[in-house]
Amino acid sequence: MAERIHLTKRDRFHVMWRTQLLQGSWNYERMQNGGWCYSLIPAIKKLYTNKDDQIAALKRHLEFYNTHPYVSAPVTGVVLALEEDRANGAPVTDVAIQGVKVGMMGPLAGVGDPVFWFTMRPILGALGASMALTGSILGPIIFFVAWNIIRLAVLWYTQEFGYRAGSAITKDVSGGLLGKVTKGASILGMFVLGALVNRWVNVKFTPVVARTPQQKGAYIDFAHLPKGGQGIHDAMTQQAAGLSLDKIKVTTLQNNLDSLIPGLAALLLTFICMWLLKKKVSPIWIILGLFVVGVLFHVWGLM
Amino acid sequence: MSLNFIQVILVIVVAFFAGMEGILDQWQFHQPLVACTLIGLVTGTLVPCIILGGQLQLIALGWANVGAAVAPDAALASVASAIILVLGGQGRSGVNSAIALAVPLAVAGLLLTTLVRTLATGIVHLMDAAAARGSFSGIDFWQYVAVAMQGLRIAIPAGLILAVGAGPVKSLLNMIPGWLNQGLGIGGGMVVAVGYAMVINMMATAEVWPFFALGFVMATIPNLTLIALGTIGVALALIYLALQESGSNNASTGVANTGDPVGDIIDNY
Repeated sequence: MAERIHLTKRDRFHVMWRTQLLQGSWNYERMQNGGWCYSLIPAIKKLYTNKDDQIAALKRHLEFYNTHPYVSAPVTGVVLALEEDRANGAPVTDVAIQGVKVGMMGPLAGVGDPVFWFTMRPILGALGASMALTGSILGPIIFFVAWNIIRLAVLWYTQEFGYRAGSAITKDVSGGLLGKVTKGASILGMFVLGALVNRWVNVKFTPVVARTPQQKGAYIDFAHLPKGGQGIHDAMTQQAAGLSLDKIKVTTLQNNLDSLIPGLAALLLTFICMWLLKKKVSPIWIILGLFVVGVLFHVWGLM
Repeated sequence: MSLNFIQVILVIVVAFFAGMEGILDQWQFHQPLVACTLIGLVTGTLVPCIILGGQLQLIALGWANVGAAVAPDAALASVASAIILVLGGQGRSGVNSAIALAVPLAVAGLLLTTLVRTLATGIVHLMDAAAARGSFSGIDFWQYVAVAMQGLRIAIPAGLILAVGAGPVKSLLNMIPGWLNQGLGIGGGMVVAVGYAMVINMMATAEVWPFFALGFVMATIPNLTLIALGTIGVALALIYLALQESGSNNASTGVANTGDPVGDIIDNY
């Protein structure tokens, strides 16, 4: 029997590097199949020297495939292990390989989408954006660097994990681990979303609901301040001590809402959006609608 | 403000990268935070473009390509609105109108993405032919063509906006009255909610709603930064999972059913 053909670390790294174009030829017929086949080419070249075997392998990997582009890496790893076994004479059929791909891509997409698109990107994006809003270039840099370090690590280590675990991974993945990761991510995601809704959705109502004259001593009595610099100094000292600037205390609708809990209006707006989305209203229409509402409410003096 | 030849080339290169990334979703060049900043960098309008990127990023937080569904095109929205911001030459005060323009552009981008994905179906058939010949280089070639098409999807519109030029873009922006600009700013503060709503709809279960409430209430404490809040969130998730595990161990009946329907399907596959 001939010596066992083995995919080296270098081969596997080459495949990982190519999987970054996984979605490049995304199409409505077989989705990520082109990129998938493209990324396996270094392995196919190494494993099969016979032209017919190569053709069969290429055709086999042009079948329908679609998952989240990062958690596709463990599938790649498993398939590399299976192809290696097959090239060494093990009875690994086309059906088995396609079965592993299809069997893993669904549940893994179910992990990848919430973990990366709905937890990590909103968190890192919001962190970066909060710095960018002040004009700081650190915001985009931190987002970009942190994202790509995490992403490349996930691509490489989960592909290696899949390669080692081989065909056993399907069992492992369907066990507790996958469910735990998904649940942990959605807990973190929901917690941070709650915070983000409060911090980053801006709804401010400007109508004045009350004007109450304040008691003497609760406001800065500008008429009786000393002249010049000393007066400014006194006024600022008094303001720092918590005195109001005006004799009449103005309470806006927003002040009232904030005394219940800050961010209440933002929360309600978010719930309305969720409800509209569930009613199959297109997000684009909601966004355009909110712009219209913003302009109208501003013109009417409500916001 | 008008751009010199080198700046135009660099802007188109950035647009091309953003277009490729818009479909690949790997390096995230297409996220507003990155794409707007890069355009600011190559045009020497860095700070307003960073602010635009930050604002757009908040709107686009929940935009993601899931399955076959296409999200509004963050790549076209960021690149085009950043170019318009730069050409308009209004600096920071132009950010609100640039954002309002970005949303319709993101919708227009959807059509372009759909178009390119349809064209890619043809490319896959060319790959089939290459596979039948056993041609590795053929498959590589068509894969690169497909990726390049995605790059052009953004680079061509970017080039068109640049070709229209600073003058018309500027006069268009100057026609926007103050009340409209402020109103759009207020709207911009609210549209962020749509992205969050999309994400919440995706993730919410009865089990995780309490964590949303905790996050919302804790965010009212001004001293807690986003990093602090994230730390609390991670801690809560770990505590919850640990408690749940110890709880289920006590009640364990040793049945193979993991309570994970998808997992069970795979087991029986």
